[in-house]
Amino acid sequence: MTTDINAEFDITNNEQLRYIAAQAADARVNVELETEGMTLNIGPQHPATHGTLRIVARLDGEQVISAEPIMGYMHRGYEKLTEVRTYPQVTTLINRIDWVGSFANEVPFILAAEELMEVEAPPRAQYIRTALFEMGRIANIMLFLGDMAVQLGGVTAIFYAFRDREFVLNQIESATGGRFHPNFNRIGGVKDDLPAGWIKETKSSMQKVRDFCDEMEDLVVGNEIFQARCRGVGIIPADVAMAYGLSGANLRGSGVDWDLRRDADSPLAWKDLDWKVWTHPDGDSFSRYWVRLQETREATYMVEQLLDGLPAGPVMAKVPRIIKVPAGESYVQTENPLGAMGYYVVSKGELTPFRVKIRTASFSNMSISPWLLEGVLVPDIATILASLYFILGDIDR
Amino acid sequence: MSTTAADDTVVEEAEVTDAVREAIAKAFADELGDAFLDQHITPGRDLWIRVDATAWVQAATFARDKLGMTWLDYISAIDWLPNPYGREMDAEQDWVVHGGGPNDKDAEEMTSGVAGGDTRFQALLRLYSIEEQIGVHIKADLDDSAPAIDTLIPVFAGATWHEREMWEMFGINIIGHPDLRVLYLPTGFEGNPLRKDYPLVSRRVKPWPGIVDVEAMPGADDDADGEATDGEANE
Amino acid sequence: MNPLISSFLAINPPYWVDTLAKIGIGLVAVLLPTGALVYLFLFKMMSFMQSRLGPMETGPYGQLQLLAEFGKFLQKEDIFPSKADRFVFAAAPFVVLVSTFMLVLVLPGGPDTHFVDLNTGIYFAMAVSSVSVIGILMAGWGSNSKYSLLGGIRAAGQLIAYELPLVLSVVGVVIMAGTLNMKGIVAAQADFGVWFIIPQIIGFFIFMVAVQAELTQPPFDMPVAESELVTGYLTEYSGMRFLLFFIGEFATAAVFSAIGATLFLGGWTVPFVDANAEIMDYIGPLVLAAKMVFIAFLIFWFRITYPRFREDQLQRLAWKFLIPLSLFNIVVTAIFKVVF
Repeated sequence: MTTDINAEFDITNNEQLRYIAAQAADARVNVELETEGMTLNIGPQHPATHGTLRIVARLDGEQVISAEPIMGYMHRGYEKLTEVRTYPQVTTLINRIDWVGSFANEVPFILAAEELMEVEAPPRAQYIRTALFEMGRIANIMLFLGDMAVQLGGVTAIFYAFRDREFVLNQIESATGGRFHPNFNRIGGVKDDLPAGWIKETKSSMQKVRDFCDEMEDLVVGNEIFQARCRGVGIIPADVAMAYGLSGANLRGSGVDWDLRRDADSPLAWKDLDWKVWTHPDGDSFSRYWVRLQETREATYMVEQLLDGLPAGPVMAKVPRIIKVPAGESYVQTENPLGAMGYYVVSKGELTPFRVKIRTASFSNMSISPWLLEGVLVPDIATILASLYFILGDIDR
Repeated sequence: MSTTAADDTVVEEAEVTDAVREAIAKAFADELGDAFLDQHITPGRDLWIRVDATAWVQAATFARDKLGMTWLDYISAIDWLPNPYGREMDAEQDWVVHGGGPNDKDAEEMTSGVAGGDTRFQALLRLYSIEEQIGVHIKADLDDSAPAIDTLIPVFAGATWHEREMWEMFGINIIGHPDLRVLYLPTGFEGNPLRKDYPLVSRRVKPWPGIVDVEAMPGADDDADGEATDGEANE
Repeated sequence: MNPLISSFLAINPPYWVDTLAKIGIGLVAVLLPTGALVYLFLFKMMSFMQSRLGPMETGPYGQLQLLAEFGKFLQKEDIFPSKADRFVFAAAPFVVLVSTFMLVLVLPGGPDTHFVDLNTGIYFAMAVSSVSVIGILMAGWGSNSKYSLLGGIRAAGQLIAYELPLVLSVVGVVIMAGTLNMKGIVAAQADFGVWFIIPQIIGFFIFMVAVQAELTQPPFDMPVAESELVTGYLTEYSGMRFLLFFIGEFATAAVFSAIGATLFLGGWTVPFVDANAEIMDYIGPLVLAAKMVFIAFLIFWFRITYPRFREDQLQRLAWKFLIPLSLFNIVVTAIFKVVF
């Protein structure tokens, strides 16, 4: 272009006119095509996200410049609702926070209330609670094992996951009456004793879960394409993970050896069991998947040990019919399937709690996603979010 | 967890675990000096300290750097105002249970919880050390008229979302937060839902059904009333 | 003249009758295997492998499901995205379909059963199959949606990348047969004694991988990656237009399987039967269909099992692995051909 753009504009100069017209045409094309920084909205209606999550990603071609999750589509205001519910009524609410491993949601709240009331559930109740807790974990993570493969395109794994999960859910249902929302914990113990034949059936279902885990190890973990998609993708260094409050398999997948079942002082029966905490040093999506797979297997062994050593006795301690928890504050955190979940219960000695702060694992797990998703390719968004494993109810409460 | 009545063992255990938490509380007191206002220890369970709001960041930094508490649990707040709406919208059946009445309001007096407190809003922070397996709750009183607290993002990167939630739910201004937007609520939402004077609309519109839909179990002969309340309390 | 018609009817039909007959038979030859593939593999095999039954209600064992699907798609609303380029949007499925139907022209069904006896048979087939890339790009662009655009661009990159291994894998077969003519290739396999899959095992492997990619089936289905882009370039299509794409996908699978069967599995020849026998005119197409079903089984089996590649891994596989491997295959084949 020989036109000197600093020369004074002369309308009769054809060259100048042509130059200006070309620049204008270019500009128009750039605006129309949005060739720089396309904004892609993933969700809230989307087959990939576990519920109504919206991710706003600014892309440059296939690379993500920034991605941010927008939540709140499922915010039900639990912390406000608990202020107007009696303590037993609260368990019906909090069941629905992490609706896949739902027995586990009730436990920290019940433990916090029991701590304030200075009531201890009998040993049989603690064993039953622990067994159902671990079965909730198995049900939850089996969903994850199948679902992460689906996010990556391997559609078959999730059918096996759902099929084998039915065995566990059937057992939970036969004991508590609810597949997904057991509502079985009571302050002071559990609602009922186990039905006849439950122990034997549960042990056989644990064997089926182990077969499933072996199948997943072959089909998914051993699959070269799965490894190529997951290894080295979404690496979370341990110190960053701690600053964001990651927990559960996300933290153990980054090599941090911390498991509240072993490390926290809890009345549940984990202390009596012989089990192992699995960690993986890599911190990428593959390690998180691998850790969860091993944890599922470990959980089946734990359930079997619990059922073998089930003590006799009552399942409910003596508690008054109308539950008024004495004034005080307490905080109990347990190793839920999704991570560390805690309830901070403030009580003023009334029928209803004064304030319940629900610390959910997925909230903290997801808070790292803007940092983690910077600079990855679009397909990796699915991989990383799948490996972080959140449940919308857990994020949004 | 000890709930036995044996006083000696309780006192002994309390003293044993107290030592660790006492030491942590003393470390905070030494570091923060005048800004360290109060402490509370539930033996064997947890430690609460209350600091001045100006020392919020300093306390967190100290915990992270010197006490090894690198794991951010959560940042939230408590609104100590007694519920101005009381329980007058509860159903009549519930008045029998909790002794309320049509014009019953919660106690007028505002009380704070453990580790004391003077103001309506308190910020609550929990940090945890994975190596030592010990955590601390840090509370700070906030100004009643214009509650505000410094951001902890320079100390813990994960504080972003917790503080956004604090801001939208309680109306606490987070000083220095780079991106204070609503997290859960729709854009343009007015009001701060977790404040006690923000009404729970469903309770204002109609009374709580209470135990109205619990009937006696089949075969429950006498004590039909007791069965009903039993079902309520145990459900 | 198609000897089939003249031998049946003992007449010499004029050219236009002959052409019409060929068009009709061609349509049937494509659509019938497509339907069979959809039912057998998509509905039934995929379901069984996923531990479920698949459609069972419509007809015995769900055999009429295709008819039901067809009817369902017919009665759907024809949605045009606003500001979509109407011509491009509407023409895209037809471009894909036309390229597929033209592929079937070069398939030999027997010693004298063919549509057109092209001397550049396989070359024509490869060229025509590339036209479908344009159709996919048109779909992605014409939908006026970011999802579709991303899908269309991914598809274009992938399909162009895998054209080369596809063509190069066929070159080995061509060298061994000595001719581009499809009938000649089948005859060469009959002469050679053993089907070309044995000596050209590497070529077969590359061909299968490239066909999987050309069909945008998992593990190469980035363009339609369901979990990220809804359905990629297909997102805005509904009703009949979607059905046309759907038919196109399975028809292409059927035709490519048939081409693979012709190139590597001996086409319509059956071992121990004379390749020139007249009976093969009638049985040939059935034999070819059976072999086509086998290769399609392989394609769908991989589809069901594997997760998908990311595009950069996909491209790396094509350019850095498959193309050198196919070149190596050509060199080795040429050396063997010259030496022996």
